[in-house]
Amino acid sequence: MRRTLFENITHRTLTEPPPAPDEAALRELANQANRVARVRLGRSLSIRQIDAGSCNGCELEIHALNNAFYDLERYGFHFVASPRHADVLLVTGPVTKNMREALERAYNATPDPKWVVAVGDCAADAGIFAGSYAVTGGVKDVVPVDLHIPGCPPPPRKLLSALIALLE
Amino acid sequence: MDISRRTVSDQGWREAVARLASGKTTLLGLWGDAPNVQMALIDESAGAVELLTYACVDGQYPSVGAQHPPALRLERAIRSLFGLEAIGSPDTRLWLDLGCWDVDYPLSVRSMPRSGLGRAPSRKGITEQRAPYAFLPVEGEGLHQIPVGPVHAGIIEPGHFRFTANGEHVVRLEQRLGYTHKGIESLMAGASLDRGAKLAGRISGDSTVAYAFAFAQAAESALGISVPPRAAYLRALMAELERIANHLGDVGAICNDASFALMHAQTGVLRERVLRVSEAAFGHRLMMDAIMPGGVRRDLTGADSTAIQLLLAEIRRRLPRLIELYDNTASLQDRTVGAGIAKPEYVRQWGAGGYVGRASKRSFDARRTPGYAPYRELRFETPVLDAGDVNARVWIRIREIEQSLSLIEQILAAPPSGPIAAEVKGSGRVCDGLGLVEAFRGDVLVWLRLDTSGRIERCHLRDASWFQWPLLETAIEGNIVADFPLCNKSFNCSYSGHDL
Repeated sequence: MRRTLFENITHRTLTEPPPAPDEAALRELANQANRVARVRLGRSLSIRQIDAGSCNGCELEIHALNNAFYDLERYGFHFVASPRHADVLLVTGPVTKNMREALERAYNATPDPKWVVAVGDCAADAGIFAGSYAVTGGVKDVVPVDLHIPGCPPPPRKLLSALIALLE
Repeated sequence: MDISRRTVSDQGWREAVARLASGKTTLLGLWGDAPNVQMALIDESAGAVELLTYACVDGQYPSVGAQHPPALRLERAIRSLFGLEAIGSPDTRLWLDLGCWDVDYPLSVRSMPRSGLGRAPSRKGITEQRAPYAFLPVEGEGLHQIPVGPVHAGIIEPGHFRFTANGEHVVRLEQRLGYTHKGIESLMAGASLDRGAKLAGRISGDSTVAYAFAFAQAAESALGISVPPRAAYLRALMAELERIANHLGDVGAICNDASFALMHAQTGVLRERVLRVSEAAFGHRLMMDAIMPGGVRRDLTGADSTAIQLLLAEIRRRLPRLIELYDNTASLQDRTVGAGIAKPEYVRQWGAGGYVGRASKRSFDARRTPGYAPYRELRFETPVLDAGDVNARVWIRIREIEQSLSLIEQILAAPPSGPIAAEVKGSGRVCDGLGLVEAFRGDVLVWLRLDTSGRIERCHLRDASWFQWPLLETAIEGNIVADFPLCNKSFNCSYSGHDL
């Protein structure tokens, strides 16, 4: 017993150095970590809000997203001043004929990839204003829409949950 | 409300315009009702409202704007919507019509049957619409133009501002509005009162209570319905909650435009609390559709009343500290004091209401003159200042929040009991009615005519902004371009309410 132990101390260790990590496995794991990090840390979307003819009710509730109760920025969303800086166009209102061109131009000025979120009942199909000579229709009648948030106006919690869904 | 209705000839119309131009009366509204035009005036000292109808001859009427400039944009709107021409008007450019509709004079087509009462709409408009809009000329050395909008940088409504600047200083601002024009008055024609009330509640989302209130008043006055006292109290309760919520939002937003975000964060919290209590009590954060002709949709429970009282206590506790913060922040005052002065003489001439009027000496308050239920039974003051600058408009809002808190306390202390709505049915005859309600930004006017079954034949809604937007053009003159957002926010005119 004692001899064996002494031998173990005096002899060199038999354990071999580790092999080099497998390149393919490393790449795979790195990609995985990158994906998770993007979701957890890098999820940030810039929003440009466009009123295409709303009654201003939706704007009030979108404003509320910035107050201390909802604090939209903690999720990585922030409002930007130009469509050229935006990932998301948040469009409200029935699109009036007088605003149609401005909405198209704002859409074309937004770089790809981009999402359009239509906010409010009017933004879906012109709502209560449908059929007027001055209204084109819903947002989808002018630019492609990715997500619609119903409500008149949708309360901030509803806006928030829909926007978070967009992130996920 | 005492209204004297008159159908006037050329002479009667001109006399009324002369009284208006001399300042004896104030313009409440001017609108088309093809083939007629109608004008509402108020004698502020007597509180008497006059409603004049002029039957256009060959689609023409004597211009009011030629003598009284506040009528100019209204006349341009009448021309664009009805094709009725104001003879002698110095400004005949289209207004609201930006050349994007498929029809000319959209309201004249609707209200003029095919049998051809009046004249057929002229096609003259087409060529004008195709020509670029003629902004007023500005001449001088070293001037440059800054076009802004319709899409603005922020979460705001659309409109176009054409600045002419000399270096940093604004020499002239000219507005071009109409981008949010939804043709609401055409949707009103033929609508039931129920649908009409819904539309009225969506003229301007921030004033949904005030509009629904004014619409209900107009319908009730047309049909001769008296509203149960409890309903009147609940309407006032909602109107004052709306006023508080908007003023809180505005005070914060004005400070935010002077880069003082702390105030915005604080008032934002209070505003959110008001909206949450409003939702609990009336079923909607902005209280949309809570008021309908005849009364209100939902009664107030004891629990709601307690929640509102707790809210008032919270605001009363926090507001003084915020007022002190505003008053003692020199860098903020540096921006607001002396900026964007609306001259009292213009305010009086234009009959500008709300904080724009009251910050420039005009004490008009529709709750008092001509007055409506239940405000005659309640005690409140109308704050008035004379500086007319951004600072004064902030202070008026602060003082009005305090008054609204007191009004709500009075309402909750002794609300009348009884029903919350009266029955509404057609009167069997054609009838018309007028409503005038003090919204947070000023008086809102609604006039409507109902047919025998109680459906809407014609409804006109005039936002306070009609008489405030033009004053913003004057207030910004000589200020630096960078102060425009601040001045604009202190006016906080409605786009949608104006554009309809």
